[in-house]
Order: sequence, then structure tokens, then C-alpha cells
Amino acid sequence: MSLTREQMAERVARELKDGYYVNLGIGIPTLVANYIPDDIEVMLQSENGLLGMGPFPTEENVDPDMINAGKQTVTAATGASIFSSVESFAMIRGGHVDFTVLGAFEVDTQGNIASWMIPGKLVKGMGGAMDLVAGAENIIVTMMHADKLGNSKLLSDCSLPLTGAGCISKVLTDLAYLEIVDGSFILRETAPGVSIKEIEQKTAGKLIVPDDVIEMRFS
Amino acid sequence: MSGFDKVVDSYEAALEGIADEMTIIVGGFGLCGIPQNLIEEVARRGTKRLTAVSNNCGVDGWGLGVLLNNKQISKAISSYVGENKEFERQYLEGELELSLTPQGTLAEKMRAGGAGIPAFYTATGYGTIVAEGKDIREFNGKKYILEESITGDFALVHAKVADRYGNCIYNATAQNFNPAAATAGRITVVEAEEIVEPGTLDPAQIHTPGIYVQRVIQATAEKRIEFRTITET
Repeated sequence: MSLTREQMAERVARELKDGYYVNLGIGIPTLVANYIPDDIEVMLQSENGLLGMGPFPTEENVDPDMINAGKQTVTAATGASIFSSVESFAMIRGGHVDFTVLGAFEVDTQGNIASWMIPGKLVKGMGGAMDLVAGAENIIVTMMHADKLGNSKLLSDCSLPLTGAGCISKVLTDLAYLEIVDGSFILRETAPGVSIKEIEQKTAGKLIVPDDVIEMRFS
Repeated sequence: MSGFDKVVDSYEAALEGIADEMTIIVGGFGLCGIPQNLIEEVARRGTKRLTAVSNNCGVDGWGLGVLLNNKQISKAISSYVGENKEFERQYLEGELELSLTPQGTLAEKMRAGGAGIPAFYTATGYGTIVAEGKDIREFNGKKYILEESITGDFALVHAKVADRYGNCIYNATAQNFNPAAATAGRITVVEAEEIVEPGTLDPAQIHTPGIYVQRVIQATAEKRIEFRTITET
């Protein structure tokens, strides 16, 4: 079985460490916040200028001046700080954020990522995604392994306009967890019940399958 | 009256001198911290062919969406322009030029512009279409692209509190692009929810020092929410 969105978020959350400053993108990455282990503390960075994002407010605490990068109303967590967009991207570009999770349309064996633009479809903009991939050392991309027709999104060369070049080394798909090393995808973990054969069929870029591939487990 | 007193008593006076084809830098992120009253004054004046530098371009009928509806903007420099049907229509029909700029690069363009730095190198956008036509240099084994800074004829800013001398404090995440925008305007106009006498604000808590600000006016517009998300209790 391929992973659900929630299982993908749960798997990514296992990479979190106590004391991490974390930036979560829109979509599946946002769900990671629901799976932060109870015994660790992390602070969520929202690129509009909030470090220490808390839960959504109660009705009486809604404040139009208090939003996240998705323009949703939020609260500040204990120990939060609020600052300008300049400061926010100094943190991001300067490599101060420990862990970044973002979605993608395609990745390739060179560590390139395409996540913001599909030619022929309306372009809304890259927002902060190009800054995030350029500045972060530790990024996990969450994405679908293939489209509905089975066409791979893990390629030898991205076909869509790039968000960043040579910046991705960890990918979690609905089928597998892979690393990108020296021009190859390395299969590290499979989703429960998903065969290595299926992953090989749905990975267009060069794939290396080591002897010690693990099957993910979910309680 | 002090030579440092920046307060004007009408929106007409606040935007005195704004003219067709000028560049305006506008604070805000989404609808949060936008100078809605000043945008409405630009709309009232009917100033045309403006270049608008702002992270987003409002929504239909609010924020910079008001100026889009009036076809007052000919070029937008923004990082993200979703949530706006009129923007889509004008862009697709070639009425509106769009320069999509990564969000951090946009913020830094304003900061550097206001700080007298004409250009800077950043890794953001290297290897992408953003880098096309731009100078590339390697520092310590990593590639960077040269980005030029931005200054505006006017900067429009929204603050929570300003004193008469133009010292500003922003509220919560309504800070966003406002302090950078404030530094980058030849004429920076602040609309403030509250205007106080000099000496009222703690000097160490001021976000934007008054030296960057030419005019201050009382803000009155409501503050809208784009996505109201609630924790049920």
C-alpha cells in the first residue's frame, strides 16, 4: 500500500530532533506539525516573519495581524519571536534553519527540484521556495512517486522549470524514502507492502537498491 | 511646530506628488499589514502606469487588487500573485507585466536599496529561470547570482503606532515587508492605527526610525483576514 498523506507526515516527523528550528511548506509538509513527538521541542519558522508558530487561534483570539506564510490565522508559541521579512530570509538563506520540508512536482538524480511552475498553466509565483532550497542544508522533499498514469516524477533530469539546482538529497514519496547520492537515487525504505519491483518501475532516474532496504512501519 | 513633525491631516496631502509611471513600494504580506488607506488614495487619484513592488498583489477588490481593478498598475514585482482573478486576466491578456521575484530576494532588494547598496549576490534562484541574464559568481565553491536593488518614488507602509516624528512600531506579523519598504522610498508615507506624541514610545522598541519617514497619517480602514483558521474548543 502506498503511504497516506498522514503517514508521509508521520515518517518525516521521525527526522525531527529536539531543539530543531523547522520550516514546513504548504500541503503534506504542514501536516508534519501534527506528528512532532511529545518528548522533543521544535520551533516552526513561518517565512512571513514568525519563529515559534503555535496552533490556530480560538474564535475570540483571532487577530488579522497574526498569520502564517499560508495566510492562515495562527498564534505564537511560548518563546516565539516576530520579525521582518528581511530578518526571516536572513535566517533561511543564512542556513540557520535546521530542517526544511517542502513539496515538489519533480526531483532528479542531480538533486534538482521543480516545485513552482508548470508551463501552460497559470504561474502564481515561487514565493519563498527558491530561498528555502538555496539556503537549507537539511531538506526533505515530500511528493508523489509517479502521476496517476504511472509516469515517474523521480527523473534523471527535471522536465519542469527548476526551483533550485543541486540542493536536494532526501526524498519521501508515497512509495519510498530515498537519498540522492552521486547522481543516483538510493532506495533506503519502502512503504509497507510496496515491492522493490514497483519502485524500480516507477523511478525513471538511476536507482540503486542496496541490500539493507527497510520496510517502514507504522503503529 | 517641529521640523520633525511628519503628520499630515489629509490623504490628499499624504500622497502629494505621486504621478503616473512612478514606482511604489508597498508593505504587507497577503492582506496582513497592507496600507489599505493609502492604496485607496492612489485609487481616488487615478494615478496610472504604476510599477508596484509588493510581495503579493492583493485580492479582488482589496489591497493592491483595488488598483488592478482600476488598471492603474502596468508592472508588478512580486513573489506570489495567487488569489487574484483580475490579476490573472490582465496578465494573460498582456495588459500587465509581471516580474516574479523570490520572496527573500525581494525583501533584500528593498533592504539593500534603502541602505545604498545597488546590488548583491545571492544563491537564491541559481540554476533557475530567475538567474537568466544575470551575472554569476562563485564564492567558496558555491554559485551566486547578482540581483539589483530596488528603490521607489514612494513607499507605502502600515504601522500599528507612529509618533509625530515618524518612529514606527508594527504589530505582530503585520511587520513583514513594512520596515524594508519604509527604507526604500524616496518619499515614505506611513499610515498608523495610532499616532502619539514624541517621547511616548520606548526608543529601544522602535522598528522603523523616523529618519526613513516623510509623512504620517491616521489609518482608519478595517483589517481583513484571507484565511480564518480556528482551533475548536
